[in-house]
Amino acid sequence: MSLLEVNQMSMFFGGLAALSGVTFGVEKGEILALIGPNGAGKTTLFNCVNGFYKPTLGTVSFRGQKISGLEPHVVCRMGLARTFQVVKPLQRMSVLDNVIASAFLRTKTRAEAVDLATEILEFTGLLEDRDVISKGLPLGKRKRLEIARALATKPEMILLDESFAGLNPAELDVSIEIIRGIKAQGITIMIIEHHMKVIMSISDRIVVLNYGQKIAEGSPADIRANPLVVEAYLGGEA
Amino acid sequence: MNKKYIPFILIGALLVLPQLGLSSYVLHILILALMWATAGMAWNLLGGYCGQVSFGHAAFFGMGAYCAGLLAHHYDITPWLGFLVSVPVVAALALVMGFIVLRLRGPYFVLATLAIGELLRIIAENLVDLTQGNLGVLIRRTWVDKDPYYYVILALALGTYFLIQRIMASRWGYYFVAIREDQDAAESLGINTTLYKTIALAISAVITGFTGAFYMNYMGYIDPQIVFSLGDISIVMIMVVMVGGVATPLGPWVGAVIMVILAEWIRSLPVIGTGYQTLFGILLIVIIIFLPNGLVGDLPKIKRFFKKEVPA
Ligand SMILES: Nc1ncnc2c1ncn2[C@@H]1O[C@H](COP(=O)(O)OP(=O)(O)OP(=O)(O)O)[C@@H](O)[C@H]1O
Ligand SMILES: [Mg+2]
Repeated sequence: MSLLEVNQMSMFFGGLAALSGVTFGVEKGEILALIGPNGAGKTTLFNCVNGFYKPTLGTVSFRGQKISGLEPHVVCRMGLARTFQVVKPLQRMSVLDNVIASAFLRTKTRAEAVDLATEILEFTGLLEDRDVISKGLPLGKRKRLEIARALATKPEMILLDESFAGLNPAELDVSIEIIRGIKAQGITIMIIEHHMKVIMSISDRIVVLNYGQKIAEGSPADIRANPLVVEAYLGGEA
Repeated sequence: MNKKYIPFILIGALLVLPQLGLSSYVLHILILALMWATAGMAWNLLGGYCGQVSFGHAAFFGMGAYCAGLLAHHYDITPWLGFLVSVPVVAALALVMGFIVLRLRGPYFVLATLAIGELLRIIAENLVDLTQGNLGVLIRRTWVDKDPYYYVILALALGTYFLIQRIMASRWGYYFVAIREDQDAAESLGINTTLYKTIALAISAVITGFTGAFYMNYMGYIDPQIVFSLGDISIVMIMVVMVGGVATPLGPWVGAVIMVILAEWIRSLPVIGTGYQTLFGILLIVIIIFLPNGLVGDLPKIKRFFKKEVPA
């Protein structure tokens, strides 16, 4: 049994099938990358997994329990956290307060929440920005704040939606190290990413979506050699 | 002087104020200001910190007032017991209201709260057997003197202030503000947004109910047009907070003092006095344009403005 199982999942918006019959699993401890062209349905899949959308058909299970249809806060409490592609900082709160707000999920007192939040800001390299009002953070750091907040809920698995988009090369390296660090803590990762170099270097396995359908699944080497993927996606990038 | 002592000095001043031989009228103004400060703080918890703007808080104010008034009227029980009785009644009303409105967002939420406030007024007007309808409820006041009322409302205001300060430093406070800033982000961080919005609404409602119960005790007379009024209660609560400063601890106090004095002054003016609600509306627009964060929230801006006027 995989840690996360997506089973025959379809999501329709009116006549549009954003996802159709997608099935795959994420194994405990791995980094699984979800790739595909714009509009392929990647973010929709995250929304179905974390409870923002209720899939039209199919199910999602986490640790063997069905989670599709549950509310997002319940899914998070069960140990499945996420970040947003379009970042959603708690704008008028400081960076530290953003992370404290999510650290409260697993802590009793405010002092414990502050400790956990501080620890996580250190890990994500945001400690010196702790008192900055998050509205004023540059994009690169806001992306990292998304990760920090998700980590503060002490997840067993984390969904990262384009955490690398818009980063400069230096920030990219920092973020890759953070992802490796998360994996080293034993947290399972599913990541959506367009940046091919990053994907090929960090992921254990890759699932490719195109027009809402899974067109390939395998190791980075398999995916690079898959003619379907090259045609639908990689070819277009070169 | 150490800033730490300022609160103690302020509280001390508030305690001795009635002993300074103030006229009964000035004391009346102070009592009203404290009552509105309390109601404003209650509204601020839900509207300012949790971001759920209610146009229907008169429902809770009126309910609190009727709890006190009807006990005295029907059963000849002391109207002060209304404080106690109002807790379950107002909380139940808040839960019903929350069930209906808290699933709505933005303008739908606002309109729904407005509708519920008005609905309560119409019900109170028509349940004549219970409420005497528009005839209103008249009770015998406990004291002739104003001093005791001053101390009751002062205790309520200070209690509310410290309670809200405690809440805002705790998990609940963080959750309320997180919900205001981004409801989807809050949900995805494991915050049960519906539950915590309901908690904020319930606390806000119960405190507002207390101010209503106090109003009944102090004024001795209520009718549905007064205590369930959109213009005189719900909107004044919002204005107190907007003028003073949304989501600031002292904003409602500052806003209450200004609004009460302003209301007295405008109402005393010849001719335009009757149009005080229109003037309030204009004031609100001016505030929103020039001081969107209220007097307390925009204090730095105000200071800068006056510094520019007086070049060093
Ligand atoms: N709430 C919604 N209502 C209607 N259509 C939607 C909704 N959410 C997504 N879609 C549509 O579903 C399709 C998949 O969108 P999705 O955001 O999942 O793509 P994506 O793979 O994340 O793309 P990108 O790489 O650009 O982020 C798109 O055609 C999008 O317009
Ligand atoms: Mg996307």
